[in-house]
Amino acid sequence: MVKVGVLGLQGAIREHVKALETKEAEIVVVKRVEQLEDLDGLVLPGGESTTMRRLIDQYGFLEPLKAFAAEKPIFGTCAGLILLSERVEGLEGSHIGVMNVTAKRNAFGRQRESFEAPLPVEGLDEDFIGVFIRAPYIEEVGENVEVLATFNEKIVAARDGRFLACAFHPELTDDDRMHQMFIDMVLEFKKEGLATE
Amino acid sequence: MNQQTGTDRVKRGMAEMQKGGVIMDVINAEQAKIAEEAGAVAVMALERVPSDIRAAGGVARMADPTIVEEVVNAVSIPVMAKCRIGHIVEARVLESMGVDYIDESEVLTPVDEEYHLDKRKYTVPFVCGARNLGEALRRVGEGAAMLRTKGEPGTGNVVEAVRHQRLIQSQIRKISSMSEDELMTEAKNLQAPFELLLQIKELGRLPVVNFAAGGIATPADAALMMELGSDGVFVGSGIFKSDNPEKFAKAIVEATTHYQDYELIANISKNLGIAMPGIEISSLKPTERMQERGW
Repeated sequence: MVKVGVLGLQGAIREHVKALETKEAEIVVVKRVEQLEDLDGLVLPGGESTTMRRLIDQYGFLEPLKAFAAEKPIFGTCAGLILLSERVEGLEGSHIGVMNVTAKRNAFGRQRESFEAPLPVEGLDEDFIGVFIRAPYIEEVGENVEVLATFNEKIVAARDGRFLACAFHPELTDDDRMHQMFIDMVLEFKKEGLATE
Repeated sequence: MNQQTGTDRVKRGMAEMQKGGVIMDVINAEQAKIAEEAGAVAVMALERVPSDIRAAGGVARMADPTIVEEVVNAVSIPVMAKCRIGHIVEARVLESMGVDYIDESEVLTPVDEEYHLDKRKYTVPFVCGARNLGEALRRVGEGAAMLRTKGEPGTGNVVEAVRHQRLIQSQIRKISSMSEDELMTEAKNLQAPFELLLQIKELGRLPVVNFAAGGIATPADAALMMELGSDGVFVGSGIFKSDNPEKFAKAIVEATTHYQDYELIANISKNLGIAMPGIEISSLKPTERMQERGW
């Protein structure tokens, strides 16, 4: 059994909790820094990345999130992907900045260009319905970053070691395979951690 | 590739991303930037805030596209705009400008007293106001992807928003506890689509996001609306009609995020300056009640 948090400042929090609840995991909605302490993994939900960053700053979450990322797995969707990226186009510096990728915000356009489409995802047998809402994509990946999915040649899901990110919203579908992928990463990482201790 | 825009999931999903947030009325780029800086999840681009519309009287219409464009260019958060109830062309114009969400709003003067827009036909999602569950579900039936209470806009008096949210929540609880064979009669009583009642029974909540709006003037008002089950709040005149908009905007965002942290709300409410002046609802003439517009 692992304990996984969902950052609960703003956005699609309930949907992530619902997707994770069916897993072998205890779920915590993280509204305060101290709740990060005994988690094995964390989900950064979709929402407004600008807003989330303001709230992260206001509550002194940035350094604790960086410290958490230095040790534990994180899964970011949409705004979460932007928070994880080391480089964000048009932004000086980064947010948490731990995934060796360059993200482009609202890269598919405004809401009227938002769409859904079936996507082949590395590691999944069948297509996953990607729901893209004012979504970003990954423009470039650094060394050792595994590209998991592309749409029209744009990278929309990737894994960099213990970090998983996608530009679409698996939490808006009834398909929980991306969440399962993350839980498996958390389990694997926890086991390795225990083995080396 | 097989790519679909404007699906229910994409339209409703956009509102899901706004949950727990504050959407602020703005009338220019400068205000939009203040709102974004304060942590608003979206802005509503208007020519005048509701309290000024109320004061001006006459016919209130869609904002000048220049203002909408100015706001769209000023911020990276989503931009909403209002069209008149039933005004097909205002809605299409706003859609063509790339507005992210349209509010078919009773704050503006309706052009159609019988028919609301068929919102299913648009790629852009819509938010609509409601006073009770029947009205809410009629709007969802027409394709609204997000709801909000009507409240009484531009009054700085949250009593009507409280009334509407309380009623909607209690009507949802009632449906959740009813047996399925009672739902058709309830649908008839509410004048709402039967299929949506079935969905509410299954989910235990509305099938779309439901924000509070209409009269929210202070951080404590915003927190109260969250406590009553709102997914987020719209603040219209409350911010830019207050003494210190920057401070007010930030405080309302914080109170919405941490609506059950009363010490924090106490702290952020200190020395905020004067909130917008309020209007007692009973002092409004029936024709001045915006919530009576639409059905």
